[in-house]
Amino acid sequence: MRIPKRTIAQRFHVRLVGSLLILIGLLIVSNKFLRLDFNALIQNFDQFLALLKDMMHPDWKSAPFVVQPMMETIQMALIGTTVGTLLAIPAAVIAARNVITNKWITGAVRIVFNIVRTLPDLLLAALFVAIAGIGPYAGVLTLTIFSFGMITKLFYECIETIDNGPLEAILTTGGKRSAMVVFAVLPQVYSRFVSYILYTFEINVRASTVLGYLGAGGIGQQLQTSLSEFRYDQTAVIILAILVVVLAIDGVSNFARERLQ
Amino acid sequence: MTNPELKPVIDVQHVSKVYDNGTSGLTDINLQVRPGEFVVIVGLSGAGKSTLMRSLNRLHQVTEGRVLIDGQSITEAKGRNLRQLRREVAMIFQNFNLVKQSTVLRNVLAGRLGYYPTWRSSLGLFKDTDKQRAFKALERVNLLDKVYQRVDQLSGGQQQRVAVARAFVQDPKIVLADEPTASLDPKTAHLIMNDLKSMNQDLGKTVVANLHSVALAKEYATRIVGLRAGRIVYDEAIRDVTDTDLTDIYNGGSLTGDGQ
Ligand SMILES: Nc1ncnc2c1ncn2[C@@H]1O[C@H](COP(=O)(O)OP(=O)(O)OP(=O)(O)O)[C@@H](O)[C@H]1O
Ligand SMILES: [Mg+2]
Repeated sequence: MRIPKRTIAQRFHVRLVGSLLILIGLLIVSNKFLRLDFNALIQNFDQFLALLKDMMHPDWKSAPFVVQPMMETIQMALIGTTVGTLLAIPAAVIAARNVITNKWITGAVRIVFNIVRTLPDLLLAALFVAIAGIGPYAGVLTLTIFSFGMITKLFYECIETIDNGPLEAILTTGGKRSAMVVFAVLPQVYSRFVSYILYTFEINVRASTVLGYLGAGGIGQQLQTSLSEFRYDQTAVIILAILVVVLAIDGVSNFARERLQ
Repeated sequence: MTNPELKPVIDVQHVSKVYDNGTSGLTDINLQVRPGEFVVIVGLSGAGKSTLMRSLNRLHQVTEGRVLIDGQSITEAKGRNLRQLRREVAMIFQNFNLVKQSTVLRNVLAGRLGYYPTWRSSLGLFKDTDKQRAFKALERVNLLDKVYQRVDQLSGGQQQRVAVARAFVQDPKIVLADEPTASLDPKTAHLIMNDLKSMNQDLGKTVVANLHSVALAKEYATRIVGLRAGRIVYDEAIRDVTDTDLTDIYNGGSLTGDGQ
């Protein structure tokens, strides 16, 4: 009996070993550059305690003023997720190799989407604050682009895992590729799409609290103000509010996602 | 059955297919199928039966030669023209290829997609006559009571009958079936084969089917074509087919026209 020989790469697990070596190398090099000083962290500990002490006495009277910016944050996340999703659906379809069989097209659009996705959300926020001015408008733009990049990738990878048989079946009826998407692709991915959208919304709520810090509107902006005025008692209220809202939204969305399975 | 006067509805001319990885699927296939025939293709696993079938509706692009459907080359057809030719060639698959998350009705109506612009079908705006067509097709295959159920709630045999109903409403000239009964029990297999037979005899559709079961082949075919290693090694009307011929196709014995 002749057993097919494994290639050298397969035999010595070259890929696994190689990536491990690269990872270790990167760790060593990055530590050299950063010169992490753990002593400083310990020495500044009392400062941290002082801040913590202030925060132990939250200024509950400021609570009503948190509501409005908090709503703004949630709205930013909602609009950003919605618009991002609407743009991502056609984009993902064009990037999916089982729908568009032309490798040049899928390859080209993927490069563009990858570039979009590598832009960090904080950089986007800084950019849009510069363009659109301070306020929620910049936040919405940031979250739209951010959601678009993330959802597109989740969606096209999801589309590529579906059963391709029904896609072929639609072609054999004389249907167009667009009919194939509507009749054979979307029904297969629908429930996972909804789950991804909810997940992105969760991330967006969290992200938008931070974005406000850069002047992109919402609760983050208030957080920044309280910190710069050393009103840690108000900071405490804001952080608690963020915590409650994020937990609530995560909970609801997790529940919804489990029901979808 | 086979009327040599009639113009072939499928005309395969010198077709060869080499896959991207260099595997040769078909070599110089010539095959004429006339309207009303029920052709069964037999041959060992890997002989090229599926490759041939998928070249007929251009799910595969052939490397050489061409396939004419009702006189028009599907091999060179593009866009709208290709879709119109495909509309004339329905296909039934071994694993049904239905959208399991959708209802039976929606799957059957998909057979009409070649007749609608996408915006209209997407909104579910099918003509009343087409909905009636779908109901009638489901009645034929005895599944009218399941019309609003999701396909994944049906048994394998029922799913294949939904696929048959989809082919019905497509109203093609030709029905291709690639091992339509391979994953079904013998009784259900007969139901499906009877559906195909009724399409062939009552509606005058030309049927080409790949079958692994010699018994089914002999029972339903009007003509048997044998494939081996990508070539046609046998082609006879059913009245001339003997049991030895059939075992030879599988066992590789010498055959008429094989020449070696
Ligand atoms: N997508 C593909 N890429 C490369 N080679 C392929 C591909 N599909 C089939 N082949 C090869 O082409 C040859 C014919 O395959 P085909 O599927 O047509 O056989 P078949 O007669 O339908 O077999 P079965 O009875 O098992 O379905 C085989 O050697 C197979 O390995
Ligand atoms: Mg096959």
